[in-house]
Amino acid sequence: MKSVILQTATRYMHPILLLFSVFLLLRGHYLPGGGFVGGLVASIAFVLHSIAYGTQQTLKILHFNPLSFITAGLALATLSMFLPVFFGYPVMTGLWLNQPFPVVGLVGSSLFFDMGVYFVVVGVVLTILFTISLESH
Amino acid sequence: MISHIIIAPVLVHLFTAIVLLAFWEKILAHRIISIVGSLLGLIISVRLFTRVLNGPILTMNAANWDAPFGIVFVGDLMSTTFVLLTSIVALAVSIYSATGVSKGRIRYGYFPIFHFLILGLNGAFLTGDIFNLYVWFEVIIISSFVLLTIGGRKPQLEGAVKYMTLNILASTFFLTGIAILYGITGTLNIADLSQKILLVEKRAIVNMTAMFFVIGFGIKSALFPLYFWLPSSYHTPPSAVAAVFGGLLTKVGIYGFLRVFTLIFIPDDFIQLLLMGIGVMTIITGSFGAVIKNNLRRIFSYLILCHLGFVIGGLALFTEIAFIGLIFYLIHDIIIKSNLFLMAGLIRQLRGSMDLSRLGGIYGQYPKISLMMAVVLFSLAGIPPLSGFWPKIYLFDAGYQSSNYFFICGIIIGSFITLYLMAKIWSEVFWKDPKEEANSLDHFAPMPLFRKALLVFPIAFLAGVTLMIGLNAEFIIQVASKIAGEMADPTPYIEAVLVK
Amino acid sequence: MELLLVITMGCLYAAGVYLILKRSMVRLLLGIILLGNGTNILIFLLGNIVKGHPPVIAGELQSLTDVYSDPIPQALILTAIVISFGLTSFAIVLLKRVYAIIQTDDLDNLNTPEEEDI
Repeated sequence: MKSVILQTATRYMHPILLLFSVFLLLRGHYLPGGGFVGGLVASIAFVLHSIAYGTQQTLKILHFNPLSFITAGLALATLSMFLPVFFGYPVMTGLWLNQPFPVVGLVGSSLFFDMGVYFVVVGVVLTILFTISLESH
Repeated sequence: MISHIIIAPVLVHLFTAIVLLAFWEKILAHRIISIVGSLLGLIISVRLFTRVLNGPILTMNAANWDAPFGIVFVGDLMSTTFVLLTSIVALAVSIYSATGVSKGRIRYGYFPIFHFLILGLNGAFLTGDIFNLYVWFEVIIISSFVLLTIGGRKPQLEGAVKYMTLNILASTFFLTGIAILYGITGTLNIADLSQKILLVEKRAIVNMTAMFFVIGFGIKSALFPLYFWLPSSYHTPPSAVAAVFGGLLTKVGIYGFLRVFTLIFIPDDFIQLLLMGIGVMTIITGSFGAVIKNNLRRIFSYLILCHLGFVIGGLALFTEIAFIGLIFYLIHDIIIKSNLFLMAGLIRQLRGSMDLSRLGGIYGQYPKISLMMAVVLFSLAGIPPLSGFWPKIYLFDAGYQSSNYFFICGIIIGSFITLYLMAKIWSEVFWKDPKEEANSLDHFAPMPLFRKALLVFPIAFLAGVTLMIGLNAEFIIQVASKIAGEMADPTPYIEAVLVK
Repeated sequence: MELLLVITMGCLYAAGVYLILKRSMVRLLLGIILLGNGTNILIFLLGNIVKGHPPVIAGELQSLTDVYSDPIPQALILTAIVISFGLTSFAIVLLKRVYAIIQTDDLDNLNTPEEEDI
């Protein structure tokens, strides 16, 4: 399906959706949002792109196989889960830096866990959807 | 006592899976990393097991939240024993998979998913939170779906559809049960639940919730009226996968039964009668189902059912002697059922089939392998000094003491039919004259020695463990008695979790 | 509010069970999804449903002073939704594979006779 309207709209929607997903990811600790929702929004951005331009084009702009997103995300989440053990706390304890960063606010290990979740969700959703859509052609 | 080592068996397999994902499509690396990961897992589980055997119950509060509020991981002797058995089976299956699973399947990510499955099993055994138990169950079933369907032949898909539907239903029942339990007690921590459930005045709601758990766990562990998915799916995946499924997957459901019915819902007369009925009917349907089948893996699938009935019947008796018997039985059963499916895989390599009518003459051609398999078959039948014999004495004794002759009849029928089947398999597979085309279908003889060793070693390893369990029964009985003590009197468990 | 949720839950369970009993694969899938949603509403019901009182402690206080809605069921539902998302997407891929092989929606055609075993 090639529709000029959809393609033009996607050109604007795609970066906005990605930006929105990062916004959701960063505010997720105390406010509604978080890694899972952010990841879903980000994958929706790519799904929209694949509907407008075709799955092959989307794989090209992704640069990586969606599976490597899962690997990277799992590794990041596991490391941030495991980090407190080195400081003598149980697994998954939140470690926080004292100084807040500009824009992001307080940074703690749970932010990195959330980022891991974000990448896993993007990877999983895209793997499943691309498997389905590449098969049906 | 608080200790961080409890979570290690889970983390080891998580790390292994991530490293495996990073080496995507590198088959040799996958094989090596998987074996190394499983070996590490085994070493850690042995350490954990010996620590709990000689010391107090270990706990760990995840994310440093205190016990009834956060998720707690508990390593008592029952969980650590199951983790140890899981690790033993995982190591054997890892080694077997290196040659027993085709390259195509490994390329589709067989090994990472396998480690996610083991991770889920370890997590389910170690958690002390009922909702967390549900989450681990989901990790297990999602990975098992993938393992069951990898390869995608038609019989596999057929098995997978049945397996998927019934397991999702089971999860829904389990989740509904948890929801009601939370509604009436306001807590999810198992130790806390076991105290708060006593304060609930409407016992009818408590019993109804127990029924949700019976159905949920009953489907997962394939008990009498709910077992149909198991014999129609376990004969389809590769033998290595079937070994994990047959040895461990149904046992997670049984573990759920043991935890829930010794800590939360203490069985009254009605539940005891119900569980006894389910147990004995499972023995009878399982054993009669096995008699009429002609395919090795189908026979073994029905035998899984038959022997789960012993365990549930033992739980229904609810005496300490019965607990010793059923724990010993589970220890013996997990190792031996995994081994049976690995053996079926090896027999298929030797003869190109698993159909009894097309097999024969293995004893004449491979006497050493046959003798090794004979040890396993005799242990399963319960020939005296071997491992299947000891737990039956305890179960028999427990049945006799509570004058439950119904259960004793069930054990006798189940044992005799198992014995008959072992004799049948021995004569059909090993003694009977081989078919003429047998040599042309032998994939095993032309293999290089190293690959042969990789196929035979895991079976020999598990057979050795079985032999050790049988000949070293005194130690196993000590462990089982300690676990039975924990089950009969959960106060140490509750105190260890809720310590301030 | 609670009565409405109870009725919704009952309808979802009933529709889910009805659809699962059909032979069609698509209905099986829809049935599983509806049953899962029914369970989620059940969990939601069992927490204390209070309108407009989130379980957030005001900055100057040490503990909650008012009635508040129980946050745990909501966390449980979130987990259950994520899990059912995974299960459903797997089920869709599986059923699509099955459809590619048997070319029909009827699950009865999937059964293989036992002789085809290896």
